[in-house]
This record gives sequence, C-alpha cells and structure tokens, in this order.
Amino acid sequence: MIRWLLLLTLVLAAPLQAAIDIYQFDTTDQQDRFHRLTEELRCPKCQNQSIADSDAQIARDMRDRTASMIREGHSDQEVVDFFVTRYGDFVSYRPPVNERTAILWMGPLGLMLIGVLAIVMLVRRASRSAELEEDDRT
Amino acid sequence: MSKKNTGLWVFLPLVGFVALALLLASGLGRNPEELPSALAGKPVPGFSKPSLITGDTLTEERLTGQWQLLNVWGTWCPTCYVEHPYLLELAQRGVPIVGMDYKDEDDKARDYLARYGNPFSEVIVDADGQLGLDLGVYGAPETFLINPRGEIVLRHVGELNQRAWDEKFAPVLRQAGNPLGGPS
Repeated sequence: MIRWLLLLTLVLAAPLQAAIDIYQFDTTDQQDRFHRLTEELRCPKCQNQSIADSDAQIARDMRDRTASMIREGHSDQEVVDFFVTRYGDFVSYRPPVNERTAILWMGPLGLMLIGVLAIVMLVRRASRSAELEEDDRT
Repeated sequence: MSKKNTGLWVFLPLVGFVALALLLASGLGRNPEELPSALAGKPVPGFSKPSLITGDTLTEERLTGQWQLLNVWGTWCPTCYVEHPYLLELAQRGVPIVGMDYKDEDDKARDYLARYGNPFSEVIVDADGQLGLDLGVYGAPETFLINPRGEIVLRHVGELNQRAWDEKFAPVLRQAGNPLGGPS
C-alpha cells in the first residue's frame, strides 16, 4: 500500500516540477547556465532575493532577458555585464573586487587575522608568565 | 610584558566593538531602496518608441537640448497617483517633464491623463519595459534629471515631492545656472 502511495506521489510530482520551468533551451548546457545566472543575479526590487526566486515584475523581465541573451549565444560574463551597467554592482551576488567593495572581500580575512594575532599574543603571554612563576619557585 | 601594558590591552575588544557599532549604525540610516544609479553621468540609452500623444516615433534625441525630467509612471502604480499633483505643479512652474508610460496600456494611460491632467510635454510608450530595463528602472515612479546633452545627471526612486525636489534636483539646477533651480 505504502509503496503504491509513494509511486503515486512521484508520478504526481513530475509535472509539477515541469510547470515551474517555462524557459525552453536547445541544450542542457544553456539550461544550466540559465539556472546559475538567475541564482547569481539579484532582484533590484525585492532585495535579498535572486531573480530566480523573485516573483516581482522586474525579476521576470530580467529572467526573460537572461534567457534570450543565452539563446542568442552571449557569454555568462556578457549577461552579467549587461545588468551591471544598468543596475550597478548591486545586481550581482558576486560583486567585483575594487576599492569600493574591498571591505566586503577583505573584511572577514582581516578580522580573522586580528583574532589569530590576539590568540598568539595571549598564548605567548600565558606561557611567559608560567615561566616566570616557575622562576619564582626556584 | 609589563603590567601597565596589559591594562591597556583590556580595552581593545571595547574599542573594536565601538568601531563595529559605529560602522553598522551608519548603515542603518540609509534607505536600501536607494541604489546608486549605474547610469549617472551617462547618456540616455538609445531608443525608438512611439509617443502616447501623437503616435510618432520618439528617439533619445527628444531628451536633449534642455534640462528636463524623465518621469517613469504607469496607471498600475499607486504611488504615481500620489505624485501626480506635484508633477502638475512642477509643469506649471515651467519644468519640462517627459513622461515614460512604463508597462501600461495606452487607453488606460490616455484616460488617466485626461482625468487627472497632463504634466508631460511628451509621453514615451514603453509597453514592453525594454527601455525601462536599459535605464535600470525597477519600478515606478522613478524620475531622472537629464541635462541638455542628453546625459542622466541624477535619478530619484519613489515619489517625487517638494522635499526630494529641494534636496536633490534644485541644487543641481542652481549649480548649472538654470533658473528652474530657484534663487541661490
């Protein structure tokens, strides 16, 4: 019985998944690129959503344009550049490294360095004071 | 390491915390909707679109020759209704405004202008939203200030009102020596 139910859910689920995917591509490679790009581009209207997630009108337009650019044979970089020149670096979830985004890219690394430095100093100090205590005992 | 030195190090986490708090606090006051316009200083992208009023084909040429506003609107946009009386007021003061009817139906747009008044010297029909995409528009209303060379000088997202005019548009016009910016 349970086996039949499982099979039934599988059969019912298949067309549901197909309904979400309305963009047709010639190759699976184009399909994959479309999915990756729409995950990587950020919706300017409903911030913190990618254009793949968002239901906003502008996200739909951007998906349409992404799909048509891929079909026309543009490279991934060309698609991203197209949107960046219009909406700014904001639109990419993978912003370029420049002086304005330096803190974004280097910040975590810098904080980690400070942390490591602090630990090293603490450890060295602890071992030094331990040595001093031993010296006191003799 | 001396005792005195250790005493100062104790404050390091506090200093770090205060610095981080200040950094984050400076971000709190910002409006996240206010994206830096990637097009500031660049010419209006080329286009070829029909006019809502005459049906003639309009190009980016229409946006050169004088300081003017390009206002993105649509009858589907609630804030545009709120903004409309202020656009009429600006038009009455002599500010040239070109409208861009964004992703709208022509009939509805004509009814709208007939009912609420028309502040626009010309209305570009962007039914498919492609010009909007080229302009980096992601909603309505949005208002661009365009200089006589046809370059985008600034962009305002959301309702255009007296405050936005005084704070953003008027200073630029004054600096350019345009009387529409008011007395300096």
